[in-house]
Amino acid sequence: MPNIRIELPLHLRRLAAISGYEASIDVAAPATITSTLDALEARYPMLEGTIRDHVTRKRRDFLRFFVCGEDWSFGRNDDPLPTAILEGKEPLIVLGAIAGG
Amino acid sequence: MSSVRLLVGTKKGAFVLTADGKRKDWIISQPHFPGWELYHLKGSPVNPDRIYASQTSGWFGQVLQRSDDGGLTWNPISNKLLYDGVPGTHQWYDGTPHPWEFKRVWHLEPSLTDADTVFAGAEDAALFKSTDAGQSWTELSGLRTNATAPGWMPGAGGMCLHTVILDKANPDRIVIAISAAGAFRSDDAGATWKPINKGLHSAFLPNPEAPVGHCVHHIAMNPAKPDTLFMQKHWHVMRSDDAGDNWTKVSGNLPTDFGFVIDTHAHEPETVFVVPIKSDSEHFPLDGKLQVFRSKSGGNEWEPMTRGLPQANCYVNVLRDAMAVDHLDDCGVYFGTTGGQVYCSPDGGETWQSVAENLPGVLSVEVQTLG
Repeated sequence: MPNIRIELPLHLRRLAAISGYEASIDVAAPATITSTLDALEARYPMLEGTIRDHVTRKRRDFLRFFVCGEDWSFGRNDDPLPTAILEGKEPLIVLGAIAGG
Repeated sequence: MSSVRLLVGTKKGAFVLTADGKRKDWIISQPHFPGWELYHLKGSPVNPDRIYASQTSGWFGQVLQRSDDGGLTWNPISNKLLYDGVPGTHQWYDGTPHPWEFKRVWHLEPSLTDADTVFAGAEDAALFKSTDAGQSWTELSGLRTNATAPGWMPGAGGMCLHTVILDKANPDRIVIAISAAGAFRSDDAGATWKPINKGLHSAFLPNPEAPVGHCVHHIAMNPAKPDTLFMQKHWHVMRSDDAGDNWTKVSGNLPTDFGFVIDTHAHEPETVFVVPIKSDSEHFPLDGKLQVFRSKSGGNEWEPMTRGLPQANCYVNVLRDAMAVDHLDDCGVYFGTTGGQVYCSPDGGETWQSVAENLPGVLSVEVQTLG
């Protein structure tokens, strides 16, 4: 079972009491963004609704998903994650928009 | 010895401020949930160490928190506030139907009799209830499915349910207010609701006396006189003596009757406090003078209470949930501003002192009277 690193914004790390920049989650193959976030929320229930809407399961507008330097935010939630993510060489990045005051 | 604990929600975190009964020297906590908007925090009257908090963010949505040690430590509780069934539509700003969409919790109202029960007023307007200290939530959907709901329209701040008033003498009674739908009352513990807006006049409406559509900013009630309600509407300060069935204007000699906050004295049900704001176009005090107006006659006759408040170059606002009163013998009155100041009057409005001067913009103020 791949162990996937997930880099999270500061506020979500604090909410889930995650030390460091990343969470590390076992995800059943074939791992995708959807299944990885499902596993993340199962481990940290307080994150439910903060990355994806409770009802629609859509990504929140001001967050993006980055995979090996590519923006996977649109229509790739169920694509298999690449080997570099599965092997832990790269994190799945949940990135908050730089905006606001 | 008695003490007080202020729960201050701001645009960038929550602060807990404590003082003894003299309310002169204050200790200000470090920010809780720094960087998040804290729309409201409120403690249980049954167990003051239990405090509920609404933490929101444009990035991460709604989070709810609970403290069981008076605000020292916090734990997230369920943020799953889901509309019951398929949500219908309300009116959008342009008059077209718009689906109900959950955005945030504006107000948390703990039960008067059970520390595990708490109500949450949400945007888009709905009332939720938890009976397990926030581990799960159920919508009291009779409100949102009221026959008038498809005609409700958001105010400029969103279609928020911002006021929840419980009545210890009548546990089945709940009064709520929504911008800009108006006030509503349930007499069966939230199962069914009726609009209580008779007597309100809103010039911006096609029918100024319409049953719904009024931009109610806040409602206050003194528990000793639960059928008497005071309302700060968009414009106009109103009063009802029949639990909202009929309202009369009591703006009287106020220099402007636009404003957001309203509250009643803890021991004098006919004593009312408001903070007049210049207009709906200019959300700051008249002439740069921050003035609390007090009526000791239940409205109409108002006096400015300004000793200790800035009387020049003050252009802050006081938002709808940012005033509270304590229950000490000499009733304390508190309010916070969008400029990050928190003021306290330890003598029922006669004199004011600054409690905090440089917090982020204040969204809400509640006070707990301890000991």
